[in-house]
Amino acid sequence: MTDITIFVLGLLVGYEVISKVPATLHTPLMSAANAIHGIVLVGAALIVVTADTPVGYVVGFVAIALAAMNVVGGYAVTQRMLAMFRDRAREPR
Amino acid sequence: MDTVLRLVYLGAAACFVIGLHLMNRPPTARRGSTISAAGMAAAVAATVVVLVRSGTVTGTGWAVLAAGVSVGGTAGWYLARTVAMTAVPQAVSLFNAAGGGAAALVAVHDLLRVGDAMAVGPAAAGALDVVIGAVTFSGSLIAAGKLQGVVASRPVVFPGSRLVNALLAAVAVGAGAVLVTGNGGTVALVVTALAALGFGVSMVMPGGADMPVVISLLNALTGTAVAMAGIVIGNTVLIIAGALVGASGGILTKLMADAMNRSLWSVVAGGFGTGDEPPAAVAADARVRAVSADDAAIQLAYASRVIIVPGYGLAAAQAQHEVRELADLLESRGVDVCYAIHPVAGRLPGHMNVLLAEANVPYHELKEMDEVNPEFARADVALVIGANDVINPAARRPGNPVSGMPILDVDHAHSVIVIKRSMGHGYAGIDNELYSDPKTGMYFADAKRGLAELAAAVKVLVG
Repeated sequence: MTDITIFVLGLLVGYEVISKVPATLHTPLMSAANAIHGIVLVGAALIVVTADTPVGYVVGFVAIALAAMNVVGGYAVTQRMLAMFRDRAREPR
Repeated sequence: MDTVLRLVYLGAAACFVIGLHLMNRPPTARRGSTISAAGMAAAVAATVVVLVRSGTVTGTGWAVLAAGVSVGGTAGWYLARTVAMTAVPQAVSLFNAAGGGAAALVAVHDLLRVGDAMAVGPAAAGALDVVIGAVTFSGSLIAAGKLQGVVASRPVVFPGSRLVNALLAAVAVGAGAVLVTGNGGTVALVVTALAALGFGVSMVMPGGADMPVVISLLNALTGTAVAMAGIVIGNTVLIIAGALVGASGGILTKLMADAMNRSLWSVVAGGFGTGDEPPAAVAADARVRAVSADDAAIQLAYASRVIIVPGYGLAAAQAQHEVRELADLLESRGVDVCYAIHPVAGRLPGHMNVLLAEANVPYHELKEMDEVNPEFARADVALVIGANDVINPAARRPGNPVSGMPILDVDHAHSVIVIKRSMGHGYAGIDNELYSDPKTGMYFADAKRGLAELAAAVKVLVG
């Protein structure tokens, strides 16, 4: 029950926190949200250590690799996009 | 130690919320992303520390962990650093597929290990996780393939495809339900996963130009799958982060669908026209006035105020640098140039801003719809590059597919030049009356080549 409570409250916070974003930032925002669900890496790490069969290890390896790709790639591409915004804002005109 | 770990997770969750909040405004967006990344690093590091101290992890376990992180991390890093800015939407879609796959596998792993003995609550979350995660995995791969052109970008619909959709969904849900009751075992798990993978493919295949909305929807679904994975393994940070992404992705999807004047349902049901239709015969509409590069160049060079309207065609042709060169040339002649950005211009909302920023277009020249619309009446030339539905005046009248959609008031400009490959329709699949307006000149060309030729013609003219 606690889990469901946390889930629903999380949904409400997510709704409130980003509902006012200008269109300019929608693509970076989507990319940032995409990076955040890379937190599944923590979940993948926690389950792989309970593995004790070959199948379990294979499933764990794939889960870890996918999650790591999500989290690293997600943040890297978001930063790359935002770097352009910063350079642009700095322009002395 | 457990308390410390929980506190770190709480801190990480707070970082995600604050990070997303800071992304509301361009000046703080970068800091927001950094804070969010710091939270992520802390959560991962704390997890590793706890695993080390627990001393229960086998050598094989560590090897698998290290190998997975290096393989996946390197692939993600390489892709993120090397991808062209125009290809960012498909990169995001690929990362999203990875996240969905990982979330599904977390539940698969737990369901395999615990088997039918799992309590109903976690089992239900697990079944949902497998279904949603598998759908986003295959769906996002297809979506990325479509944007990249590896998979046919036109809508792929065959007789009975809706029936196949419904059937796959029913099988996935049914097998998932059996899984929850604890009587299905591995067979139910495999059937659930395969049906969901199939549904992901059949759901996205009919999509055409609405692919951005689909990707945004899949992103939200992955968040939900991650939250479900968190419930399965009883991990709060996964639940919070997943729910955050689920809600934010949901809002983004709604905003995008609204801006295209589509209901979410029609996007999911699919089967609309695309922005990439094959060239139609120009002569089919005799009222259209075609112009040459030289004609257009004269108009532009002797204007005092030009508003550039970049659209999907510019993004698809990767012509952001060419448009900047032309704008520089005009500005050096004293022409006042600015860009009118429709909220859904490009391949994702806000994508056009990113592309033009990459081409070093000054920030103050980019104007959003509400800001720029009153200015069209004072513009000598509106230069439309590969945009269609977002400038169709028919949107102001009721009774057609684009009715009510917010549009750029391009038709208020003194004259209009449209660079477009053909008279093909946009996403809405209807004629654009702006093209047959007497003050509109159609310059039929690919955006990249057309802009380069325009710039060359202007140079000759003023040389």
